[in-house]
Amino acid sequence: MEKKRFERPIIKKLQTGMPNKFGMKTEYDPITEIDGVPVKELIAKYGSPLYVISEKTIRETCREANRAFSTRYPKVQFAWSYKTNYMNAVCNVFHSEGSWAEVVSGFEYDKAIANGVPASKILFNGPDKSEKDLEKAIKHGSYIHIDHFDELYTIIGLTAKMKERPKVAIRVNMDCGIYPMWSRFGFNYENGEAWEAINRIMLSKKIDLVGLHSHIGTYILAPYAYGTAATKLADLAAAIDKKYNHHIKYIDLGGGFASKNTLKGAYLPGSDTCPTFDQYADAISSALINSQINHEHLPVLILETGRALIDDAGFLLGTVLANKRLPEGKLATIIDIGVNLLFTSFWYDHKITPAQQFSHHTEDAIIYGPLCMNIDIIRENVQLPPMKKGDNIIISRIGAYNMTQWMQFITLRPNIVMVDTKGKAHVIRGNETAISINENEKVPEHLTKFEL
Amino acid sequence: MKLKKKIAVSETGFIFDPTTGDSFSLNPTAVEILTLFKEGKTEKEIKKVILENYNIDESTFERSYLDFMAMLRLYNMLEEHEEK
Repeated sequence: MEKKRFERPIIKKLQTGMPNKFGMKTEYDPITEIDGVPVKELIAKYGSPLYVISEKTIRETCREANRAFSTRYPKVQFAWSYKTNYMNAVCNVFHSEGSWAEVVSGFEYDKAIANGVPASKILFNGPDKSEKDLEKAIKHGSYIHIDHFDELYTIIGLTAKMKERPKVAIRVNMDCGIYPMWSRFGFNYENGEAWEAINRIMLSKKIDLVGLHSHIGTYILAPYAYGTAATKLADLAAAIDKKYNHHIKYIDLGGGFASKNTLKGAYLPGSDTCPTFDQYADAISSALINSQINHEHLPVLILETGRALIDDAGFLLGTVLANKRLPEGKLATIIDIGVNLLFTSFWYDHKITPAQQFSHHTEDAIIYGPLCMNIDIIRENVQLPPMKKGDNIIISRIGAYNMTQWMQFITLRPNIVMVDTKGKAHVIRGNETAISINENEKVPEHLTKFEL
Repeated sequence: MKLKKKIAVSETGFIFDPTTGDSFSLNPTAVEILTLFKEGKTEKEIKKVILENYNIDESTFERSYLDFMAMLRLYNMLEEHEEK
């Protein structure tokens, strides 16, 4: 007779009088495969922990976002936000879907060029652009988004010695009726600083002002805020047309669309509260079309959406290292994924799903990572079915920022695998080794020998 | 060490403690282990039954059993000494 599957015995106190008033499902299914590839097979072949990216999900999300905007506005261009995830394979999926590149450093600029993006389709954002970076961008005809007057005057200085005319946009910060108001990027709209920058550019006669840019924040749950930003930028564009008889070619509303992750402390899950691409598109397109801009000169709408396009496509696979019972009776499950690999766990309650079959019984647990540090908590409170050492888990919606803000700490960073649209897995970044970590270290001669 | 006499355990995994009014639920493995425990079986005897019926090794069982007993103790369901 075949033996039965053993599930760790659990006893759970029943809390009466505390119904789930939203009627939300407390049971869910295991995730046993990603785009047809068994999770166990991925872990057996590529190790644990393991980042997995679904090419299919990226493409589907891209097309969904494109559809939402291009059905409402005639000229739309997405630019892939490199800082959100600059694995070359990931960037190239976006580029093959038509996205330009949006970079914020010389390192990212070179990455985009090496990936084959034409310089004329690179938007150069960010507060840190060296003179060398600016010279390169001007020479190759990339769009420079000016963040501050020091940068503007560096560009004006460069025009004296370069024959190419810089193509620039100014970054504008403004009050969009939401809190917090991001005022650190670019020139302020309300106090007239943006006009100061525009006047200086227009009067220099050596710089082409082609665009207006704003980045109003991150994880913005209110689409109307984008409508306000679009209206204010459109008003600027119309006023520039009137004052200088100069048409602005594009309005760039930056990034900041929310992904469906749940923020810590949120009352309802992100999947229920986050606006859809249609809602963002509706607010932005209506504002631009109803603006003062002459319809014959409608600017291209550029979007630098990052998180909302990649979060769903990323999974982090891990393994249960141990279970322990805390003095107050709460279960602590230790997994091999630490906060150094899941930076976003500091602000999201990430969804954690077992990768094997389980019953409908669950236990309240705290999920710890493997780092020997008190802050290494992946979930403070989660209901999970009983798992034992060696079982696998999947953390969903981790595609944004975790592969660029990860830290090497205590142990080595793992493989990143992409599952292509035909269900084939490819390593897109190999795991680190002791050699790759140590090769940049140097020990002074007098410290090479010691006695203990 | 045994389960307090007043603790009622149903076949479907429902536990009621009349002294506190608290109720608890068990998963199927826990029902099986607790039923054997209530019958007065020792850890060794329970282990034998579980290893015969379930796809599990001895060490994993022992770790799970230890944890389960710790929870019964936490919920004050165990009699550490014989009642007089």
